[in-house]
Amino acid sequence: MSKLVLKNVSRRYGTFEAVADFSLELKKGEFVSLLGPSGCGKTTTLRMIAGFAPPSTGTIEMDGQQISAPSGVVPPERRRMSMIFQSYAIWPNMTVGENVGFGLQVRKMSRAEIDRRVDAILDVVQMRNLKGRYPSELSGGQQQRVALARAIVVEPEVLLLDEPLSNLDANLREEMRFEIRRLHDEFKITTVYVTHDQSEAMVTSDRIVVMNKGRIEQVDAPHVLYGRPRSRFVAGFIGRTNFLEGLRNGSDVRFDGFTAPSGAVEGANGTGELLYSLRPQAVGLSAQKPSGPGLAVEAEITDRAYLGEYWDYQARPLGGAKPIRVSTAPTSVFEVGSHVWLEIDPAAMVRVE
Amino acid sequence: MAVAATSSETPEAPVPRVAGRWDATWLLWIAIIAILLILVVSPFVYLVLTSFQAEKTGDFTLSNYATAYGRARYIDALFNSLQLGAWAALLAGVFAVPLAWGVARTDMPGRGLTRMLVLATFITPPYTGAVAWILLAGPNAGWLNRFYMFATGAEAGPFNIYSFTGLVVVIALYSFPYIFIFTTAALELVSSEMEDAANILGAGTWRTMRRVTLPLALPAILGGLIICFLEAIALFASPAMIAIPARFNVVTTQLYQFFGNPVRVEVAAAYAMPLLGVTVLLILVQRLITSRKGFATLTGKGGERRPIRLGRWRWAMFGYAMFVASLSVFLPYVFLVQSSFAKAWGRGFSFDNLTLRNFNFVLFEHATAAQSVINSFLYAAAAATAAVLITLGIAYIVTRRLVPFAEILGFLCLAPFVIPGVVLAIGFYAAYAPPPLSLYGTALILILAFTTRFLPIGYVNASAALRSLNPEMEEAVRVLGGSRVMALRRVVAPLLKRSLLGAWLLIFIPATRELSSAIFLYGPNTKVASVMIFDMSEEGNFEYLSALALILQVLTLPLLWIGQRALGRDFMLRRTAT
Repeated sequence: MSKLVLKNVSRRYGTFEAVADFSLELKKGEFVSLLGPSGCGKTTTLRMIAGFAPPSTGTIEMDGQQISAPSGVVPPERRRMSMIFQSYAIWPNMTVGENVGFGLQVRKMSRAEIDRRVDAILDVVQMRNLKGRYPSELSGGQQQRVALARAIVVEPEVLLLDEPLSNLDANLREEMRFEIRRLHDEFKITTVYVTHDQSEAMVTSDRIVVMNKGRIEQVDAPHVLYGRPRSRFVAGFIGRTNFLEGLRNGSDVRFDGFTAPSGAVEGANGTGELLYSLRPQAVGLSAQKPSGPGLAVEAEITDRAYLGEYWDYQARPLGGAKPIRVSTAPTSVFEVGSHVWLEIDPAAMVRVE
Repeated sequence: MAVAATSSETPEAPVPRVAGRWDATWLLWIAIIAILLILVVSPFVYLVLTSFQAEKTGDFTLSNYATAYGRARYIDALFNSLQLGAWAALLAGVFAVPLAWGVARTDMPGRGLTRMLVLATFITPPYTGAVAWILLAGPNAGWLNRFYMFATGAEAGPFNIYSFTGLVVVIALYSFPYIFIFTTAALELVSSEMEDAANILGAGTWRTMRRVTLPLALPAILGGLIICFLEAIALFASPAMIAIPARFNVVTTQLYQFFGNPVRVEVAAAYAMPLLGVTVLLILVQRLITSRKGFATLTGKGGERRPIRLGRWRWAMFGYAMFVASLSVFLPYVFLVQSSFAKAWGRGFSFDNLTLRNFNFVLFEHATAAQSVINSFLYAAAAATAAVLITLGIAYIVTRRLVPFAEILGFLCLAPFVIPGVVLAIGFYAAYAPPPLSLYGTALILILAFTTRFLPIGYVNASAALRSLNPEMEEAVRVLGGSRVMALRRVVAPLLKRSLLGAWLLIFIPATRELSSAIFLYGPNTKVASVMIFDMSEEGNFEYLSALALILQVLTLPLLWIGQRALGRDFMLRRTAT
């Protein structure tokens, strides 16, 4: 049975529709991210799941029980969820131990039991030695760990995270991603994670919900999302890509500067104009004409940038107007203006809406 | 819509039911709203109603207005008040603006000292200042006159406190801190870069001050002048001590006479209307001036500020600051102390004139003096506590938007700011003195009136404190299973402890000195220290009075110290109720 079900949920503020027709089912123990640019409605959705805001339409169910509807909501304190906030919301008037033990205290556990559980969870997040400290004496990363411990120790039915890493510096952010995933693997708590950072979502999640302007664009596992984006928005938001416009013409699809047989590219049986996404990594670049099975396209390097981990080239097909972006290993060096060959695998071209 | 289950249900309750948007904490909100109706709305409504009611029958009538404005001397009192306010505000501006500029923007020596002396002025109740100035500038016997006669050999001194000018000076001396507070706050936000920009285009120090700095601070200065004007026209004590012997009336003393035997509260209510109207109008004007968009620079961070170098003028500035301070602090306190330790204040500084008898008398022998000090502190403490709790609740409702139209509640909390103390007292008398409540003369009516009077200070502080608190702090409590009330108790209240203590002191300190509302509401057993001092001045017991006034001042010092420890040295001199 699904743990959490959102059915046609929407949320309006006056005439502005922050979330529209949002439906999603989470399996027990699943880790799902809501990913999108700021203002896409992901935090609003999370707050509706938490019970801080009622939906304007639609319902939310947990374990088959309705917990949110426009007519009323179970208040947050009776949902047995927990949440990690963007600001961490660590209470500065309580020590680390008191912060973490708060939820257990509310659940009226005995002093000894609270101590035992708090110590255990602080071991997990490697904060045991700081139990008596106050939050102002902790670094950002340590506060984050306290927030994690405080949310997990109550063994919530659902764990909600609202951009929990956005206030950390880059290195710590990377470390905490894996930490969050590790904790999830250890405790198997059904989790909804809100972020605008695609790599955070990809590292942590079983499935990612890509949102745009209050609507769901696509829900899929990270590798599917990257490999098979369904919309222009998803292809552009997750990773870098080339958008290629093709015109169907008999047995061929004509692109800017090259042509592909319509049997080779996806969905070419449609009519008129088609749009494809082609990842820069999926394009080969060589000085000689490639002998592989892909399409060989003669091109000229118009621009390049060296980023250490890879080269970012702009290669314009001869006879075309728009350059195609190509990523290559740092060792393959081509000068601007030199003639090269692109190798494009038609199967790597993904048709998008 | 289903009704909320009560919070006694444990968080482990197996079946979460869909609950409505009502929950138990609503009862608390409703209680707070009811309290606000009692404190603010009902006295105001009764004030207006009473002014249209016949004395015995309660029928609608306009005769109260006819009586109130039917005599030339009543009308004169109105104009006297307006003139008094205007002159006092202008003179206060002359005292305050140079001091504020010197302290905030220049390298004048003794800036910290000047701030301290302004604070000392600020915490001196107007009636204490007025008494001190009677000792200083009373005709013939006043110390300034005696020094003048001694120095020049003249037959009579030039000073007479019992005059319109005397009253203007005394009021200006003890209300200029308002302008000082407003002006320093504004000047401290003018960045040096703006002045540098004028300098680099060729303007000198004085020109820059005249053309750039002062115009930027002008709205604040005008705002301060308006507050001073309103303070002057609403003041009761100083006019009662000085204007009545000088044989002229102002609005507040006239109101006091309507309240004398027999109490004509209907006429008083009618007569209070212009005072109320002028206050409301001017507060609106003040808001308009200080919120003009062109001066938005004043609200941002001003960047770096360097003090302006005054060169040899710095000592002139310092001299002026000390001159003002000697008028408001040094001279008054020297002679208050002298009088409090003197057998007879007129006999001057000699050892055989020294005695502790005055302190002994007011503390231990006088029938009600010691009790009046205790009353003052008890009522002030009760009022400060009530005001802080009420305004915290309301600020919480408003900032978290818990009920529709919450802004109205915030507005009601701020409304007493535009009601002068005497007018408020008349409203309270009209609402709660008659049966069935018959609260006149009880401690309760004084506490309620004090609470109402200081609600704005509490509200401004509470809502500022709450706005600085991330709502996620409370949401974290709720998502872990705690109720809203638990969030308030375990997180909000502890985090706001400091600011709430500050708000409490900012109410408590002035409440211990409050006279203008107390004078209309006290009874034989509920006399407060300020009323006691006023009574003693009418009896001419200046030695006892000085002792009592000093006791009141000394008792305030530890509170000031606590406030400064908790909130920083300037906590009393910040813009609090604007």
